[in-house]
Amino acid sequence: MSQPALKEALKLTADVLVIGGGPAGTWAALTAAAKGVKVILADKGYCGSSGATAPSGTGVWYVKPEEELREAAKASRYAMGGKLAEHRWMDRVLDRTYENMNRLGVSGYPFPVDEEGNPYRRGLQGPEYMRLMRKLVKKAGVKILDHSPVLELLADEHGVAGAAGVQTQNGEAWSVHAGAVVIATGGCAFLSKALGCNVLTGDGYLFAAEAGASLSGMEFSNAYAICPTFSSVTKTAYYSYASFYYEDGSVVEGAGSKKGRSVIARNLLAGRQVFAKLDGADEALQPLLRVAQTNFFLPFDRRGINPFKDLFPVTLRLEGTVRGTGGIRITDEQCGTGVPGLYAAGDAATRELICGGFTGGGSHNAAWAMSSGSFAGEGAAAYAAGLGRHSQHRAPVGLSSSPLVHQEVKAGEAARTAEYVEAVQAEVKPYDINLFRTEQGLASSLERLDGLWKEQRSREIQRTPEGVKAREAEAMTATARWMYSSALARTETRGMHKREDFKGSDDSQHHRLISGGLDQVWVKTEEVAKESVLL
Amino acid sequence: MIELVSQDRCIGCRLCVKVCPTNVFAMEGKLAVIARQEDCQTCFMCEAYCPVDALYVAPQADKSANPDEQELIESGRLGSWRKEIGWNPGAEDTMAERDTTPFFEVFTEAYRGKQQEIGK
Repeated sequence: MSQPALKEALKLTADVLVIGGGPAGTWAALTAAAKGVKVILADKGYCGSSGATAPSGTGVWYVKPEEELREAAKASRYAMGGKLAEHRWMDRVLDRTYENMNRLGVSGYPFPVDEEGNPYRRGLQGPEYMRLMRKLVKKAGVKILDHSPVLELLADEHGVAGAAGVQTQNGEAWSVHAGAVVIATGGCAFLSKALGCNVLTGDGYLFAAEAGASLSGMEFSNAYAICPTFSSVTKTAYYSYASFYYEDGSVVEGAGSKKGRSVIARNLLAGRQVFAKLDGADEALQPLLRVAQTNFFLPFDRRGINPFKDLFPVTLRLEGTVRGTGGIRITDEQCGTGVPGLYAAGDAATRELICGGFTGGGSHNAAWAMSSGSFAGEGAAAYAAGLGRHSQHRAPVGLSSSPLVHQEVKAGEAARTAEYVEAVQAEVKPYDINLFRTEQGLASSLERLDGLWKEQRSREIQRTPEGVKAREAEAMTATARWMYSSALARTETRGMHKREDFKGSDDSQHHRLISGGLDQVWVKTEEVAKESVLL
Repeated sequence: MIELVSQDRCIGCRLCVKVCPTNVFAMEGKLAVIARQEDCQTCFMCEAYCPVDALYVAPQADKSANPDEQELIESGRLGSWRKEIGWNPGAEDTMAERDTTPFFEVFTEAYRGKQQEIGK
């Protein structure tokens, strides 16, 4: 257990604390505030620019409530996800997404209109969307703490009761005592510099596990995006128009943006650089592509490359669970985690409920974020309101698995943190460990990761911005261990999880894998809700 | 990654310090400076928010590119992302209003259908 906070500059109380200010966090804050409770939102960076959505553009799983359209939408990716999605959850998310998108239109999001003046609500541009969400959250009376990463959750014998962290811009500690907490910290992309993803280091998974929650689907965590070697812009969709070549101009047979991603990975592994060119898009299509996802072209424009005509080198950048579907296990319809007072939403929560074991692409992810955020916000508000006067007399303690201290820690700790980060990256980035999985590769990697956890577990972490990085390193280490323990347990290929030694899918493994634990990681199976087989 | 805060253009409004999700900037006297370049994630958000187009994020994510300010101004790259989003003063519309994704989806469906027919 960590020391009680000594010199906190900022001590606040609220009914609901939301951790994370991306789409899921802002929707959670909005819906909680609408229930009339006091809400604080803490973002590691800046609510409005933080996370994977803000710098990007995304489609949204917005489907009119007509039975035929809805059934087609649900069926479209069900098989690809290894039949692990659930009918009822897809219905709920489709309903809530439809409602929320219409609400965004009313709230001032400038949706494009067709010739008859009807708005098209199937996409969102990140900068505009998240700037509007910040505005709406503030208007709803939510207090926003920017640049205020969490270091640990607080809890007492009744459940989770707040969080404590540090303000990175003035170095001062903060804490919020709250009746309920929503974790909306995003997934984990292991500081790979995938677009907007370096704030997404699996912190929420670690916090949840420290509070006793479990994770689900962590084997579905090996998403890699095609992107120019030099660039951070990980937008894979347009590569469906690309052909792939070797340096001498000959075609890379079988390479592609969907199933052919493995071919690209195998070439890169063998040390053969792969190049791309979007030569499948003709001149009529090119201007439309340019306007739909403008930021795809930004790196090319700035380097004077015409991606429709010029070859450019590509790589596969790790997106981990940001595009993968694993995350905190959800145990009820309010996105509760099974731990009293603790809720999870967005990429921090498992997206298996609507996607199964394969990413639904941006549009499912955006729909999940705004829907699960809303469910969690309402659930947390109701829970906090139900605590009544009891909530006034709590004395929660910190849950960090490493001791958090105020005094100076030994010199050289920052350098050690950087070493831990590199060591974890060396386990999760390589295609021959994480993309092409084998028992041997996973088991030996896990052994090294367990060692890394043990080393970090007992070191003192200071409540400073440097300490935040140390906690991120711990979170990434823990995340990698849940990933590979789950990947070892699933001795088949399903969804995005590919076992080289078990290439087919196995009907007897049509179940979820739940994982958890810190010093001792465990994995067990859980049945998928029965109604899903009706599809 | 972030390569430039134009000292000629910066008005010291602190907005970049405020909006950068990875806390790359700091104030030095009255102007913003790049304090932690290694933390930059090349997300371009600072450029979108800078009201005077003083910032330049090079597309290279992993290594420093050292661009020349004069060249960036002449090529129109300084401020080009804000303009693209439509957040510059005098912009006729924003990227959100111009968004062709929905139209493009329909177009692509038709387009792909056509290609398949040709393929037959």
